[in-house]
Amino acid sequence: MTSGSVSARQHGSLAWLVLPALAFFAAFGVIPLIGVLLLSFTSWNGIGEITPIGFDNWVSVLSDPGLVHSLGVTFLIMALSWLVQTPMSILVGVFIAGHQRYRTVLAVLYFTPLLLSSAAIAITYKALLDPNFGLGASLGIPLLVQNWLGDPVLAIATVVFVVSWQFIPFHSLIYQGAVRQIPASLYEAARIDGAGRVRQFFSITLPQLKYTLITSSTMIVAGSMTLFDLIFVLTLGGPSDATRVLALDMYLRGFRGNMMGPASVIALIIVVVAVLLAMGVQRMGGKDANESRLEGA
Amino acid sequence: MDQKRISRRSFLALAAAAPIGASVLASCGTSGPGQASSGEASIWYLTGQPQEGLRKASVDAFNAARPEGKLAATFFENDAYKTRIRTAVGANQAPTVIWTWGGGGLRDYVRNGQVDDLTDWFNQNPDVKSKRFDTSFAAATVDGKIYAVPCEQVSPIVMFYNKQLFEQVGAQPPTTWGELMALVPVFNNAGIAPFSLAGQSRWTNMMWLEFLFDRQGGPQVFDAIAAGEPNAWSHPAAIAGLTKVQDLVRAGGFVNGFQSIAADANADQALMHQGRAAMMLHGAWTYGSMKEEGGDFVPSGKLGWVPFPAIEGGAGDPSTGVGNPASFLALSSQASEEQKAIAREYFKNGLLTDADIDGWVASGAVPIVNGVDSKFSGPDAPFQQFVYDTATQAKSWVHSWDQALLPGPADEMLNNIEQLFSLSISPEQFATNMNAVPSS
Repeated sequence: MTSGSVSARQHGSLAWLVLPALAFFAAFGVIPLIGVLLLSFTSWNGIGEITPIGFDNWVSVLSDPGLVHSLGVTFLIMALSWLVQTPMSILVGVFIAGHQRYRTVLAVLYFTPLLLSSAAIAITYKALLDPNFGLGASLGIPLLVQNWLGDPVLAIATVVFVVSWQFIPFHSLIYQGAVRQIPASLYEAARIDGAGRVRQFFSITLPQLKYTLITSSTMIVAGSMTLFDLIFVLTLGGPSDATRVLALDMYLRGFRGNMMGPASVIALIIVVVAVLLAMGVQRMGGKDANESRLEGA
Repeated sequence: MDQKRISRRSFLALAAAAPIGASVLASCGTSGPGQASSGEASIWYLTGQPQEGLRKASVDAFNAARPEGKLAATFFENDAYKTRIRTAVGANQAPTVIWTWGGGGLRDYVRNGQVDDLTDWFNQNPDVKSKRFDTSFAAATVDGKIYAVPCEQVSPIVMFYNKQLFEQVGAQPPTTWGELMALVPVFNNAGIAPFSLAGQSRWTNMMWLEFLFDRQGGPQVFDAIAAGEPNAWSHPAAIAGLTKVQDLVRAGGFVNGFQSIAADANADQALMHQGRAAMMLHGAWTYGSMKEEGGDFVPSGKLGWVPFPAIEGGAGDPSTGVGNPASFLALSSQASEEQKAIAREYFKNGLLTDADIDGWVASGAVPIVNGVDSKFSGPDAPFQQFVYDTATQAKSWVHSWDQALLPGPADEMLNNIEQLFSLSISPEQFATNMNAVPSS
């Protein structure tokens, strides 16, 4: 593991290249974070005086059952999103990694959700799921006429479905790239040994995707922690607080309830939990998870 | 539009958004249209037709009539405006004239010294005051002083019904709560939903409780709540009102899956004008959209309307109006004396001019002007007369709860109302939850 220090010396002269990025990170990441930290020890309704109140916000938020609930909803949606998205993305990614022409066409069609904003997707689904004027009622399919956004269990399922619909194409794209990086010699060797397609998938493709799996999972975990716009438009945390995830909780306390202090506490909790989770996922891949897989790099 | 500043508040908004990565860059800085150039006063208005056109015409006419000191109007979409205006006021970047719903939001501005007291100005200009409905001033008044100029239209909540469906089942619109409950099985047996309701929007559910509290116990029930009196939500009339609404939900009074229906696409109105729901409790403003979207429903006279039913033995006056008594314009205390002078001039000679009144009337609205009913004509006249009578004959007026309360408690209340309507909490639990919410 001496290559690290060698490359550092080689690239040392180019260190100034990161300065603009660092400046942006400081201006839009570090300084606001310090602002939020300071704000979390104050009482402020957005237009009045900012009064320091010590740890009151922390005590009240941490002892609020609403926080446990939002955290629970966030983790539930995170876990369900991962369980739905990961297998689907791998299968689709492997499939479109093939080289037949029709797969390229399919891939292009398939990636259209990536081009749409979350707000547009949420508005569209809201219309499609309307029990009286939506898809089910228009096509006369009773099964599709459900209280999709008005029933707590169905609302969570709907959110997970729409999130997955939106992001599976993105993760498939990552897997597609990863699959194409797998050396063909591995498959040739396996074929000579008499391995079938299923065996090849489980013994070569899946293990080779390990690090992509970790990258993709990190994104799902971090993305779920900050999931906001889609739920904001689709359910506004409803029915009641069934889909009130942490980021939405922060927004509603801060900008609907005008309680900037408690909202700042939640913002910091999101940062800490997201960082811890992302680090945990990375650790699962072992210490070398972020090193290049290409020989010689 | 050319000024770029990072206000204290937008910096903090930015800070709060820090974990949301990408959105941070997008929201960097505000191109603040709040402050007009020197000598020019600014006003923020809401978008949405036909109101937007009327607001713009009023500002244009005001500017055209005077060579000196202009008023610059900027328009914002409704929900975006609510966050935007607080940000601007908090950062001392408010426009000269602040469009508001009155009530709790205005009270918040007053407490922080952000708006001017207009009581003396109204005393000096008695015509401005006497021209407007008396009921329009309550929501503009804080601690006995008037802080905003009522303007535009009155929007009471009205019980609408589909005349054709009532003929079909041979029924009359309800005048009492008992009659209303008796109609529920009649319509359900005919395969028609008794009431349309866009429950996902939450404030739609709230309109029911506003009436039930008042009809059951009179205006003092909610007055005590708004004043922050301890255990005000546990008043026997409040519990009775909360229980009645759950009775109606249990009896199947609302359309199936109402919790999934949102008001923003007007799906609740469509249910009624398409003949799938018999009645709907909604703001007078829906008359215009039903007229526009409902085909021949409104023009052919199939839309009926009645006041909210009385409750047998209830203490409330059935004439009490519920809803938005007017729109309100407040004067920012941060504006320069020059800007304030332009704004006061606009309050006096720019709002509710004859041309302005004609425009509102033609749109099907009822401007808050005494005697304006002489201008009603054509097919909309009966409805406008009904709204006018509701507004002028009401002995008291219940301001929309989510506007009357401070923003924090209001959000908590909407959340609890949603749970009440989905029967996941009892009336007593609702009262306990709400009593625990600090009202100030």
